[in-house]
Amino acid sequence: MPQHSISARRGCAVAATLALTLLPAIAADPGGTASASGAQIARGAYLVKIMACNDCHTPWKVGPRGPEPDMTRALSGHPQDMTLPPAPALGNGPWVWAGAGSNTAYAGPWGVSFAANLTPDRETGLGAWTAETFLTALRSGRHEGQGRPILPPMPYLQYRQATDEDLRAIFAYLQSLPPIRNRVPQPIEPAAAH
Amino acid sequence: MRIRGLIALLGLGLGALAGGAGAVSPLPTGIPVSAPQRLSETGLYAPDGSIDPRNLPYAPQYPLWTDGAAKARWIRLPEGTAIDVSDADAWSFPIGTILWKEFAFGGRKVETRMIWRTEAGTWEFATYVWNQEQSDAILAPADGLPDLVEIAPGRRHSIPGVADCLACHGSSPSPVLGFSAIQLSDDRDPLAPHAEPLRPGMVTLRALVDFQRLDPPRREWADDPPRIRAGDPVARAALGYLSANCGHCHNDRGPLARLGLALRHDDSGAPDAPERAVATAVGARGRYLVPGAGRDGSWLVAPGDPAHSALLYRMESRHPSSQMPPLGTVLVDADAARLVRAWIATLSSGGHGTILSPSR
Ligand code: HEC
Ligand code: HEC
Ligand code: HEC
Repeated sequence: MPQHSISARRGCAVAATLALTLLPAIAADPGGTASASGAQIARGAYLVKIMACNDCHTPWKVGPRGPEPDMTRALSGHPQDMTLPPAPALGNGPWVWAGAGSNTAYAGPWGVSFAANLTPDRETGLGAWTAETFLTALRSGRHEGQGRPILPPMPYLQYRQATDEDLRAIFAYLQSLPPIRNRVPQPIEPAAAH
Repeated sequence: MRIRGLIALLGLGLGALAGGAGAVSPLPTGIPVSAPQRLSETGLYAPDGSIDPRNLPYAPQYPLWTDGAAKARWIRLPEGTAIDVSDADAWSFPIGTILWKEFAFGGRKVETRMIWRTEAGTWEFATYVWNQEQSDAILAPADGLPDLVEIAPGRRHSIPGVADCLACHGSSPSPVLGFSAIQLSDDRDPLAPHAEPLRPGMVTLRALVDFQRLDPPRREWADDPPRIRAGDPVARAALGYLSANCGHCHNDRGPLARLGLALRHDDSGAPDAPERAVATAVGARGRYLVPGAGRDGSWLVAPGDPAHSALLYRMESRHPSSQMPPLGTVLVDADAARLVRAWIATLSSGGHGTILSPSR
């Protein structure tokens, strides 16, 4: 099956290249993990640690020494079984956004956003993503690489500046995690949207 | 004589098509390697400012909705070449092919987009923003120009960046989206929303067949022009609209195939095969929940029940986290929404009786 390989050239001109090559179907190696080396995964693990992904993508709980990420649910996003009351109305500021204690749900002018499940579960996480999807999503700031804008507070404007190599390492690491089935709710539109 | 008759019918503009396929020709020269700074340097215009006669106008029968923009399109097929249509559903264009698409709001040209196939076989994307005097257009920056012109009170048109071109043009079997068998078919849909009239000189599928610009020749496309496979005119127009406006992302062959929602018409589909939109959306569950309807009350398309159909809800939304398509438009296409609503209302609920119970 013909497949596009896309490489957007980063120059000053709006010009991009769509190479039409005959690659095996996307399904052949969805996560690219088959080819991920131990060193690449270790690099990814390191980056995930220092880039604070767990801060938002792992639900927090109160442990013996205060709040801490619940590593039994590492990187699985906002818990599907957690019910939240409607977000507080903050008006026009100076306080403009609010976060849940799990640090996985955020209310603001954009509505309510929920941190995504980054584990490789096929249905509820990134299991069906390719490394290309991941790179495109983080670089373009578009959900799934081509949908709606990715909502705050996901810091993609910072992460988009990472090298391809580092982003691929992060993705390889995420795909090496045990899949956790957790269907994160879709974002809630702000009340005045319709 | 078929060919002479056709020229008489469509006017002389098609002369440029007569080059025909045949002996292998040397690689066309003058293919831009990177985008020129000005539109006037791209080969769209002749020195006197008129459209270069080698560039043929065409109008896809189901145009993309861009908030009511008036559009004009041209294709340049290098002389002596034919389009490889051996995969009827994924045309492969000769090296050196260029397509342009002009957008105007309120009678003023705003941008002209261009894609072309380089000698390396890759496709390049560029867009040009028209100057105040409307005398030429300048290459836009790679990130585009957000909110450039007001097109309705408080609503502004953005010039897309490269990533946005690719979000739409990089997800379909062919990066060329509107120059395909269904889009150029001479059996035009009278109910297609915002259809642009065929003007003299415009290329249609029959002209491509007659002038032997397709390889293989596909005589059958002239004798029995392709059309959306649907039982009634409303369904035909609705499915045609969804194919053209959504199918470049939602199809079986691109990266979003994983969603399982295919809205694109398949030009290689069997004549009696249902449209993929019917097969994958009608009576099917999706991930997206219609606000207020919950998991039990949300369907991609709930037969007979527009209010529980996520597809329609998202077409009628322009909230950034819900709207479909997710980019390239800031105003709801009310005509299309009315059409799709009418189509959904006519679908029989079949085994899905429960969805008719109100839950909103
Ligand atoms: C400050 C909080 C925060 C941090 C830190 C953070 N994220 Fe996110 N992330 C979010 C939120 C919230 C969403 C959901 C946004 C949405 O639904 O649009 C999200 C969504 C995502 C998505 C899904 C994008 C899509 O297509 O919808 C990916 C992938 C992702 N984050 C990866 C990461 C990685 C990798 C890191 C660390 C390098 C990270 N995030 C760090 C808050 C964060
Ligand atoms: C929202 C999706 C979308 C975006 C974003 C988009 N296009 Fe398109 N484009 C289409 C569709 C669909 C067609 C065919 C239908 C039509 O012409 O009305 C098309 C047609 C074209 C054509 C005529 C050739 C063809 O493929 O049919 C050109 C040239 C073009 N686009 C260039 C661009 C460029 C350059 C960009 C980015 C600057 C861009 N487009 C962004 C969807 C999109
Ligand atoms: C530029 C690519 C693009 C275009 C064009 C596009 N979509 Fe989507 N669509 C997406 C993405 C990405 C998703 C998945 C994420 C989401 O739900 O927001 C999606 C999801 C959906 C869903 C939810 C699917 C599910 O499983 O619940 C529906 C319904 C939908 N789109 C309808 C449409 C319709 C109708 C159109 C045309 C009017 C359209 N889309 C055009 C990218 C696109």
